[in-house]
Amino acid sequence: MRYLRKSAWLFLVLVALASLGAGFWAPADYATQFREAPNSPPSHQHLLGTDEVGRDRFSRVLYGTRVSLLMAPAAALLSTLLATLVGGVAGYLGGWWERAAMAATDLFLSMPWLFLLLAVRAMLPLNIAPITSVAVTFLLLGLLGWAASARVLCAGARGLRDSDFVLQARASGLRGLRLLAIHVMPNLKPVLLAQFWISIPVFIISEANLGILGLGVEEPLPSWGSLLRELESFTSFGFEAWKLVPLGLLILVVSSFQIILSRDEVYA
Amino acid sequence: MPKIVRRLATMAAVVLVGGLLSATLVRLAPGFDVDEQQLDARLSSESVATLRRARAHDRNIAGFYLHYLGRALRGDLGESRTLNRPVRKLLAERLPVTARLAGFGLLVGWLCAVLLALGATMTRRVACDLAATVLGGIFLSLPAAVLALLFVFANAPAYLVIALVVFPKVFSYTRNLLAKSYNLPHLLTAYAKGVGRLQVLIWHVLPVAGAQLLAVAGISVSIALGAAIPVEALCGIAGIGQLAWQAALGRDLPLLVNLTVLVTVITLAANWGSEFAGQSFRTSEA
Amino acid sequence: MKRRPLALVVFLLLSLSAALGQSGGELRFYLHSDPKTFDPLLVADDASETIRYLTGGVLVRVNRRTQQAEPELAASWKIARDGRSITFDLRERVYYSDGTPFSAADVAATVQRLMDPALHSPTADSFRSGAGAVRTHVDSPARITIAFPAPVAGLDKLFDQVAIVSSRSANKQRAALGPFYVADYKPDSYVLLKRNPNYWRRDAAGRQLPYLDSVRLGIQPNRDIEMMNFRRGDIDLINWLDSEYFDRLAKQSPSLVHDAGPGLDSEQMWFNQVPNAPIPAYKRAWFRSTNFRRAVSAAVNRADLSRVVYGGHAQPAVGPISSANKFWFNAKLHAPAYDPSGALRLLQQDGFRLQGASLRDREGHAVEFSIITNAGNKPRERMATMIQQDLAKVGITVHVVTLDFASLIERITESYNYEGALLGMVNMDLDPNAQMNLWLSSAENHQWNPRQKLPETAWEAEIDRLMKEQAASLEPARRKTCFDRVQEIAVEQQPFIYLVNKNALSAVAATVANASPVVLRPQTYWNIETLSVGVQTAGKR
Repeated sequence: MRYLRKSAWLFLVLVALASLGAGFWAPADYATQFREAPNSPPSHQHLLGTDEVGRDRFSRVLYGTRVSLLMAPAAALLSTLLATLVGGVAGYLGGWWERAAMAATDLFLSMPWLFLLLAVRAMLPLNIAPITSVAVTFLLLGLLGWAASARVLCAGARGLRDSDFVLQARASGLRGLRLLAIHVMPNLKPVLLAQFWISIPVFIISEANLGILGLGVEEPLPSWGSLLRELESFTSFGFEAWKLVPLGLLILVVSSFQIILSRDEVYA
Repeated sequence: MPKIVRRLATMAAVVLVGGLLSATLVRLAPGFDVDEQQLDARLSSESVATLRRARAHDRNIAGFYLHYLGRALRGDLGESRTLNRPVRKLLAERLPVTARLAGFGLLVGWLCAVLLALGATMTRRVACDLAATVLGGIFLSLPAAVLALLFVFANAPAYLVIALVVFPKVFSYTRNLLAKSYNLPHLLTAYAKGVGRLQVLIWHVLPVAGAQLLAVAGISVSIALGAAIPVEALCGIAGIGQLAWQAALGRDLPLLVNLTVLVTVITLAANWGSEFAGQSFRTSEA
Repeated sequence: MKRRPLALVVFLLLSLSAALGQSGGELRFYLHSDPKTFDPLLVADDASETIRYLTGGVLVRVNRRTQQAEPELAASWKIARDGRSITFDLRERVYYSDGTPFSAADVAATVQRLMDPALHSPTADSFRSGAGAVRTHVDSPARITIAFPAPVAGLDKLFDQVAIVSSRSANKQRAALGPFYVADYKPDSYVLLKRNPNYWRRDAAGRQLPYLDSVRLGIQPNRDIEMMNFRRGDIDLINWLDSEYFDRLAKQSPSLVHDAGPGLDSEQMWFNQVPNAPIPAYKRAWFRSTNFRRAVSAAVNRADLSRVVYGGHAQPAVGPISSANKFWFNAKLHAPAYDPSGALRLLQQDGFRLQGASLRDREGHAVEFSIITNAGNKPRERMATMIQQDLAKVGITVHVVTLDFASLIERITESYNYEGALLGMVNMDLDPNAQMNLWLSSAENHQWNPRQKLPETAWEAEIDRLMKEQAASLEPARRKTCFDRVQEIAVEQQPFIYLVNKNALSAVAATVANASPVVLRPQTYWNIETLSVGVQTAGKR
């Protein structure tokens, strides 16, 4: 099993290295438009063909990995921490705290946050650097993506609150944050890991969808999300397997994360 | 009894706050009081000014909301400003469509997720878990829009798209919760005593993970409703999701407030239902 | 055995009648939203416009192929010398679909209601040339005179948009004078139109038109589904096709797609020149400089935009009028040539200089601006990306920002919080009067600097004068001279940097007889009366 985990690590490291060295490996700049060859199939010059304005897809995948592989896990971590803070603590404290926190969570789950994002975009200047736009987008995703798992965490923490071993720990004088950190949180890990794992691809895809609001990656900077948007058209359905490479890469990265994260449960 | 009354009072308060908050969000978003028609070069300045005035009508959110609540109490939910039709009629026509779509989607999604999670954890075979993980990864990574288009292309039912959106998320929580429960030390004792797999699942695993699994059930309703928006919009299904998308694009305040109230009620009902079931579950276990 | 030849003859006759387009049938295509109104006088959206075209009877119809006005419910008409009134001689023995007779009283009632300021009809705004009421005088049941307070240029063609509503029918909006009437409407699902049994027009052989029995208009906002259902044979035509879809369909079934050439619509970008807009003063100074706008225009490679973004199904745009508009296009003008070094020379005249790869203005500010466009419109997003790279070649940094439509409209019409914008203009009408609210400096849609109290530049003052002069003149030649000059000024000053005119692309199933797509709306079913649908062939196209 260790072999599988090591392979997953190795794959992630390779992908990270490939993207960090994009300036070295990439046959072209991600923004260069080969206008004489838009939408071209793979060739010696363009390993994965070109996109609709003639940009080298292979180079864009390499550069896009930088953005998505760094930002999405960071945002996923933020949302997981928020879920822990709201769900875990409320469930553990119980009573009025729990009721208020869960009512707020339910409200949070039902709100049309699209309009908040629209207002945020309106407040940002139009001339912001592409990377700032991405960072703000992932920050917003991290801040808005915690509510669902907070509810599951709350249910878990509620169960732990009355469990024998927590009662014993309390009896032996363990209190507050220490009790939370030593006995409660480790038992909530399955939910935290699930939240983290789910959030990565969901945030990568959401980032591209937020392009509709003027958020997300700004042209010509690529991201996995923007590369996946190529598939969102009936015209992309054909035997053009090379267009599926960004999707395949995302699936492999997401699966690798899961293999690494879930080592304690199944691959022990 | 007082507990139920307190719950209902909280529910009413959350719904009221939800409606007000959504109205405020819509009001503060850019483009609230503009109309696409303003760009029609044939229109005179007077006509454009009339369009502006019509939109400016709901600018005062407090006034709008009080007026809305007063009418809602009499059963009048107002009129959609983009579709020019009574909201009550629109909801009545479209709610059953989305309920069917999300209901079947949830059912199939949960069935796949639970079966796969059980298969992966009960067998404790790495290959099984790996296969399930990659499958979950595939459906997590496929944008709902691509899935929807593929299903339209294949002429397949749209609820399967909802199922495939719900499935990897439910699978992930379920698998992790079950795996954690299966790794508890007393299970080894149970196995050593020769307790069967099914009995272990029923007597030792589910009681530990049950409450959280029910919480997952609660939130999966929100996940399915969220997925209904792109799925209905892309599959051309006239349900609540498509309506929500049209309302958002047109900044249709009356429609959006009603939709938020509706979604809040459904979310609260689903989550509180699962919470209640979780509590009964624990009580019966005790 | 003996029956076979007979069956063959029947089959051949049926096929022949289908081929000749006289067999009826049901034509099916999609509306992209529910019609917002069935009141023909309040039409503003595409779906309602389609219903109006198919069900409304008009006095005069602009032939979509010849672009000339032709008699319809009016057998003839005459415009008074002063251009203030028009007299129509109406066809007699014409009946609405519900059996009520059509007369001049209906025209009078329709015009009075249309011109009522309280109705706020978008159609009516085209007729408003001056303050005062519009008067109607019914001379006889078959003759009516309509008098306007001021001369209205191109008056007869404007009646192409006015469907005459019955003044006597119980359900006024459903009683149709056009080839079809609304038989059924299920919101979010379909509108069913059935043949008007009382339709007045007959074909050359004396047979009553239309040939079709019904038209089923499904409501389908998704263009991907529209395309798939066309391929499956579930619908018979797509009135407007995206170039990507067109090429894909053309590869499989070249005979089903039609490229009618450049259409009337244009894609353009412009800079924000509003004096109190919340943008830095130095940027406003760039945007108000003619040389700067001309330089940007010259640095954009329009041929590449047409070829890469539209797969060659577009033409570099010249100015406000497309070459598809046969009468009004100023043929002396040409699309600005792609000339980056010429652009740099123009910029140098204004004190701009290249510092490394970055262009700086006289005060040393790096030349950098944003272009907003509506999200989800792939061709526009691609054009913006290509313009970004074109302008990088002359040292200009462009930020492309896609916004949802409501946010975008708010920026360009209310807050003016933007620098550059890329949008398209839909031209429904051939006459330049339809662009009056775009070119007058006081107009709402004078997008680069709307609602000016007095024209802020000499060239805008000249455009104001020319537009008013052509609107007041009744001489087509004089009007043309005025508007030719407006087009010249637009090309000299580049307030709108016109990019491309998209071709009118459509698809029509082989089962539809007599289809002959044109560039004017409605491209595929403009001759709906003579269309017919033959034997449906199953399977994929």
